[in-house]
Amino acid sequence: MMEKIRFTLNGKPVELETDTSQILLWVLRTGFGLTGTKFGCGIGFCGACTILVDGVAQRSCGMAVKEIEGKKVVTIEGLAEGEKLHPVQKAFLHHEAQQCGFCTPGQIMNAVALLKADPKPSRKRIIEGMNGNLCRCGAYNRIIAAVETASKEINGGTKL
Amino acid sequence: MNTEEINEIYFGDVDLPVNPGRREFIKKLGAGLFIIFTVKPFGLIAEEEEDKVKREDFNLFLRIREDGRVECYTGKIEMGQGITTSLAQVLAEELEVELNSIDMIMGDTDLCPYDAGTWGSLTTRLFDPVLRAAAIEARMELIKLASAELKISEDQLKAENGFVVAVKDKTLKVSYGSLTKGKRIVKTVRRAPVFKKPADFKKVGKMISATNAILKVTGKAKYSGDIQLPGMLYAAISRPPAHGSKLLSVDKSKAEAIPGVKVMVIENLVAVLHANPNMAANAAAAIKAEWSKPEVLATDKTIFKYLVEQGKETRVVEEKGNLELGFADADFILDAEYHDGYKAHASIETHTATAYFEGDRLIIWASTQTPFGTRKDLATKFNVPLEKVLVKPILLGGGFGGKTSNDQAIEVALLAKESGTPVQLAWTREEEFMYDKFRHAAVMQIKAGVKKSGKIVAWKYNIYCAGNRGVNDFYGIPNLRVALYDKKGIHPFGTGAWRAPGNNTTTFARESHIDVLADKIGMDPLAFRLANVSNSKLERTLRLAEKTFKYTSAKPGKNRGCGIALGFDAGTYVAVIAEVEVNPSTGVVKVLRVVCAQDMGQVVNPHGATVQAEGCITMGLGYALYEDIAFNWGEVITRNFDNYEFTRFSTTAPVEVAFIDDMNAPPQGGGEPAIICVGGAIANAVFHASGARVNQMPVIPELILANHK
Repeated sequence: MMEKIRFTLNGKPVELETDTSQILLWVLRTGFGLTGTKFGCGIGFCGACTILVDGVAQRSCGMAVKEIEGKKVVTIEGLAEGEKLHPVQKAFLHHEAQQCGFCTPGQIMNAVALLKADPKPSRKRIIEGMNGNLCRCGAYNRIIAAVETASKEINGGTKL
Repeated sequence: MNTEEINEIYFGDVDLPVNPGRREFIKKLGAGLFIIFTVKPFGLIAEEEEDKVKREDFNLFLRIREDGRVECYTGKIEMGQGITTSLAQVLAEELEVELNSIDMIMGDTDLCPYDAGTWGSLTTRLFDPVLRAAAIEARMELIKLASAELKISEDQLKAENGFVVAVKDKTLKVSYGSLTKGKRIVKTVRRAPVFKKPADFKKVGKMISATNAILKVTGKAKYSGDIQLPGMLYAAISRPPAHGSKLLSVDKSKAEAIPGVKVMVIENLVAVLHANPNMAANAAAAIKAEWSKPEVLATDKTIFKYLVEQGKETRVVEEKGNLELGFADADFILDAEYHDGYKAHASIETHTATAYFEGDRLIIWASTQTPFGTRKDLATKFNVPLEKVLVKPILLGGGFGGKTSNDQAIEVALLAKESGTPVQLAWTREEEFMYDKFRHAAVMQIKAGVKKSGKIVAWKYNIYCAGNRGVNDFYGIPNLRVALYDKKGIHPFGTGAWRAPGNNTTTFARESHIDVLADKIGMDPLAFRLANVSNSKLERTLRLAEKTFKYTSAKPGKNRGCGIALGFDAGTYVAVIAEVEVNPSTGVVKVLRVVCAQDMGQVVNPHGATVQAEGCITMGLGYALYEDIAFNWGEVITRNFDNYEFTRFSTTAPVEVAFIDDMNAPPQGGGEPAIICVGGAIANAVFHASGARVNQMPVIPELILANHK
């Protein structure tokens, strides 16, 4: 059904007239040209399409557009403030936690939400919180290290 | 390039170590300061006969531009192995320029020299020496030019940070850019250069945040599905239920009723196009097509029996001594059959392509490991000359061998031609599992004879469908026969190269059986290997693994065990030791740690090599413990990540990588070798921990519990 829908996208209010049963992932990618959010499996099992909805990590491949009415959506493109990268992005670079880079936006968004919910997660908590994000290149250990480093910076530790 | 050709390359001579003596740098071309070099004499890069435009015999060239920027053109592609950065680092190191002054131009079939494909762990082992040689050549040429300009003898000049400077007075200097201004100089690398010593490296091996890494963490990195063109339509395809199905009838009415939908039926391809990918997917689902159902010849339950029934001996890879006498000499004879199921590549990026026609010329971005092979496939399909197809450079979201095959590029091009609009096709995950060229299921039959003293004296080895990569004996077995069995069309679906093709499978079988022999005569598996191994490089690699792991014969704890495997791949020797814990009631394996030692000759980029080896071990745990395809002949049942498990955060293990850094040896492969030993090491560790000898991968809890003693 065609409806008008309003939400905040990467800090800016947006309005869209659309069939609100459409999948959010494709609306972000084609409607808004935000191609950083990736398609991986379409069933929420790999995490490549992870975005933040009101600060919580969500799989955009299984979400209808109508579910974000009035909410705050952040994609990987909206994470950095201008040139200033988010601590998680910096930590990924520092630990070289990306190989092919395709799962990276989803990993980063998931990690950002994890640190929002729990700024000082234990290693066990990081593993549990990240477990639904797959990386075929096998960068998991480096991603865990990156989340630990980002956590330190967020809690007033050394800035990268 | 078809799968068979690719397999021939993969299963063929990739294993042979690179001989630096065969290096030869040749030929010429013009404009700017060009340094040309080739890897063709290494024999792997086939000359493209039809390729009249690029008949020059080089495979990479450098250009120092008038503005001082350095361009490096290569037909290789970046799929996460990090060569964009590692090659640029090497270039920056030897040319004495800043890393950010280098532009890597990769995989563009108009601009880059011919390249057969990015596979076989070849980039570093083949390109590194020539790239460095070319950079040194460029540096020497620039010093020569500066000498004429500054009127200072060459031995009083040195290259530094994009300038040639006088050794005695650093204010006397001239930039690379100004030296090349208005000139057209062409140089071909001919001499064997004096490489910088790794100890003097300022850039190679350093962690750096490459431009491309920043793009990846900010979501700006572009892959084939991120290209958006004006008027572009998204394709979705109504697929048959099984491989071998033929289209009987199609009802397009419901799909065509959706506004803006174009339905196209081209041979067996039933596709819909729409400007909105959501609508395209809905329309594809609305197509009602009837397909024929091919006869079921085997399933995942019966496949191993089927392969042995159908396989014919195709080749004897190695034969030594006299098997009969060998077995007569043995104190114990042990035989066993080892199985490995089909595996998917499962790159997170599915096969994707975006294409349009500019007049009669096809322009395409495709997730391909072989841009030039894809160009040839497309030109053949449309029966046009190669120059009527341009494959554009683009990042890949993983490859692992799976993107050497590019059916999606053919499909998207057909649709773009038929519709007259730009088209994008990104396979769904279900399509990806259906049309991926899986790693082969395989059977290995081994009959081996061993003496009480610990000497292996006979080895009869029949390999069904896993090829010969890495199977040559390194245990000095005097009586041996290794034979390959296979048959065209033996598999129900497409199969192809999967990271270190075949070698994961055969290394698992051989190394499991080595442990079986060691156990029979009551010897420690490490001591048993050292007693038999006949290759000194492999011996020192095993010693390094032993030391790094702090290996002892003792069981590391209750329900815990250690397992070892040795192997050889892409010129590199590998020893892996893993420690696992097996839950005695559930059979669930927890991998506690993995040590990987490698002798890959000179380690040119220790950091890059470490990252690749870590990735290999992590990915390898997946095939060893979880990955398997369920199927009913051509009907692939495993179709998404909800039933295809591979290594994830909770099942990864700490990995430690150690290298024998042999300065005097040429660099060998690094992208694949470390993965080959994971299956064997895990199976052996499971045996040590639980007493269960599992002869089949993946080593799943059910098999562990069933084989418990």
